[in-house]
Amino acid sequence: MTNNPTLLAAVGLSKTFPGTRALDGVDFDLRAGEVHALLGENGAGKSTLIKCLTGAYRRDGGDILLEGASIDPRDTQEAQRLGIGTVYQEVNLLPNLTVADNLLLGRQPRRLGLVSRRETNRIAREMLSRYGLTIDVARSLDSYSVAIQQIVAIARAVSLSGKVLILDEPTASLDRDEVRMLFDVVRSLRAQGLGIVFISHFLDQVFDISDRITVLRNGRLVGVRDAATLDRTQLINMMLGRELSEETRDRGRGGFDYAQRARIAYVGTGRAGVIAPFDLSIHRGEVVGMAGLLGSGRTETAELMFAAAPRDGGSVNKDGKPLKLASPRDAIAAGFGFSPEDRKTSGIIGDMSVRENIVLALQARQGWMRPVRLSRQREMADDYIRRLDIRTPDAEKPIGQLSGGNQQKALLARWLATNPEFLILDEPTRGIDVGAHAEIIRMIENLCESGMSLLVISSELDELVTYSHRVVVVRDRVHVAELIGEEITTDSIVAAIAKPSPAPETSA
Amino acid sequence: MNPRLLPLAVTVLIFVVAYAVCYAQFPAMLSTRVIGNLLTDNAFLGIAAVGMTFVIISGGIDLSVGSVIAFTGVFITVMLRDTSLHPLAVFAILLGLTTLFGAAMGMIIHVLRMPPFIVTLAGMFLARGLAYILSVDSVPITHPFYEWLQSLYWLLPGKGRLTLIGGLMLLVFAFGILLAHRTRFGANVFALGGGVQTARLMGVPVARTTVAIYALSGFLAGLSGIVFSLYTSAGYSLAAVGVELDAIAAVVIGGTLLTGGSGFVAGTLIGVLIMGLIQTYIIFDGTLSSWWTKIVIGALLLVFIMLQKGLLSLADRRRSLRASGNT
Repeated sequence: MTNNPTLLAAVGLSKTFPGTRALDGVDFDLRAGEVHALLGENGAGKSTLIKCLTGAYRRDGGDILLEGASIDPRDTQEAQRLGIGTVYQEVNLLPNLTVADNLLLGRQPRRLGLVSRRETNRIAREMLSRYGLTIDVARSLDSYSVAIQQIVAIARAVSLSGKVLILDEPTASLDRDEVRMLFDVVRSLRAQGLGIVFISHFLDQVFDISDRITVLRNGRLVGVRDAATLDRTQLINMMLGRELSEETRDRGRGGFDYAQRARIAYVGTGRAGVIAPFDLSIHRGEVVGMAGLLGSGRTETAELMFAAAPRDGGSVNKDGKPLKLASPRDAIAAGFGFSPEDRKTSGIIGDMSVRENIVLALQARQGWMRPVRLSRQREMADDYIRRLDIRTPDAEKPIGQLSGGNQQKALLARWLATNPEFLILDEPTRGIDVGAHAEIIRMIENLCESGMSLLVISSELDELVTYSHRVVVVRDRVHVAELIGEEITTDSIVAAIAKPSPAPETSA
Repeated sequence: MNPRLLPLAVTVLIFVVAYAVCYAQFPAMLSTRVIGNLLTDNAFLGIAAVGMTFVIISGGIDLSVGSVIAFTGVFITVMLRDTSLHPLAVFAILLGLTTLFGAAMGMIIHVLRMPPFIVTLAGMFLARGLAYILSVDSVPITHPFYEWLQSLYWLLPGKGRLTLIGGLMLLVFAFGILLAHRTRFGANVFALGGGVQTARLMGVPVARTTVAIYALSGFLAGLSGIVFSLYTSAGYSLAAVGVELDAIAAVVIGGTLLTGGSGFVAGTLIGVLIMGLIQTYIIFDGTLSSWWTKIVIGALLLVFIMLQKGLLSLADRRRSLRASGNT
């Protein structure tokens, strides 16, 4: 299998977006008849690489070779004609059409100018039977489970392209049996000689199905390994391991005085199916880091703590007194702040100016009956633009036009303007360049010195080690370990993350 | 049963029950004369509603229909009065104009990525304004060819008359059913209603389909205007105000999802007939104010929109239940 010829290769691929280098000279090769996993945390460049391969993005540099010939697909349609098909996590089919129409849209067989339903359905049934699926193809797609929709999407992609199949997080919303069904399909396609790129953050599944594994990190290639000779710890080290930069230290910050009463204490907070109940207390001036792989329950923890998602029972105390925490409004009133992971969809409001974005949370806390005066808004915006060094020509520029790092700083300014006691930062350094990175780390340290309590979620372990007094490790939706002070090293965090899960998900 | 068929089934059921109620009270309601009149009286609405069905299935809306009907009537009367053109030639010119008008709206919607609501609202004012410019008065049409067309009918058993315009509506519905459910164009219209972005990724020619949908609606609005002028023998720039809303109501009562992606042209026919039936009942009764028609249609619309909402949230709940069961 490993001697098969190379089917698709990317050589020195580069792609730059304003403020960030999404791909930096990445090499990737896919052989015929192999399943090749592509791994990396969010922002590592996986999806940018895929989008360059499928024509959704045009590359800035490097070359893409399909069967030895250079290609430059302008859009996904062209990539499909060349032989590269893609199936996404959110099924890219039309739920309101029948299964048969989805498979054959634009190619329906006609008789006397009219589409022949019977013939369409027959061909569709034939296509699906090759995947071991016998369903009523005349029903609309949304009457079937996501797993079946995935297989329909694969059947369509393979019938249209037929050389390379890219599966982007196909298993994210499937249960165990459905994953097995999907993997059977993938294995049979591999046996037919297709090259399959598999993207997933479920490491068990990656080891289960892949022949080779490529790891990306911060837009650069970390390495390519045979799945059979790689173990979990090595893999996680490749994904999260340390990146050299001057401003980091080796061990966590010790000497924090835990004798004082906790500022905020969560007891038995959790939600069935999302995150197991956990106890967590945060002290004045403390930075608690949170580490774990993507999808492990880090963000879910933060959402529960900010009451952005409902929780089952449990209690919250602030300064020793019970706190009513039923909605983000309560959380803001109690002096909490939350800067979410995906700033594009749940943080910034791109069409509004930097000033308006900064004032938003303060205004929400004051209530709409007491507007913040415009002169005060200007003063505040200018103050934060200067203090956080937000690079923008002026405060009235739409925030969507700023670079990622500057957007992130403006988001921070939004919460700092409310003068919070407890601030949750979910991936504050994602997708921003190295310089801005260091500034945000310095800011976190300054904030905690001024007495603020912080919870920082990050995939950058060396970064966590630098600013955390304590690190909570999350694995498979459970808080599995808590490292304090000197115990915190990148190695100890990796070890806590890598401990095999008690019940392996797939053991086929 | 396929849940997508449920709204259609409900529509058919309501129609049958309503007809049975009417029949129980006035046995004459089942005569072919009443049925013939039902088709004739609602012919213009039905034809416009076929175009509206395509627009709504694709996820859009066309508010210009009523104004285009008024413009059509005025245009025909003025052309017949001031020129010596044969009515058929006038029809051809007019249908060309309204089709281009619809195509232009579709083009603007696609190229400028404007909401159909706004674009066709502008089209509504434009067409009505053009009608005023041609003539502000109600002008009667007196042309021997018109009188001949109006006298054409096919005698049904029981002395009912299927008039030319009633028959034309049925033909347009037959054409619409084939176009929507048995052609690649029809499948593309449904695809657009399911999601423009996804449809584009799946290779649907979005620009061509969008323009064609609104051109079709413009063409059928023109045809509806011709039928309306045959029905009323006049052209008046204030005529057919709000017909687009009646058409939308008929489409929704006919089981088409107002948000697009699902629907039936045949359902629209039944929606039109339900609306006509209510009117007929009020005429038979003789004591009710004709405004009761509006009230009943309003109530029916509300029921259907709630039914659709219910079905959608049911499907959503099932899906999220499945998703959360897997984590």
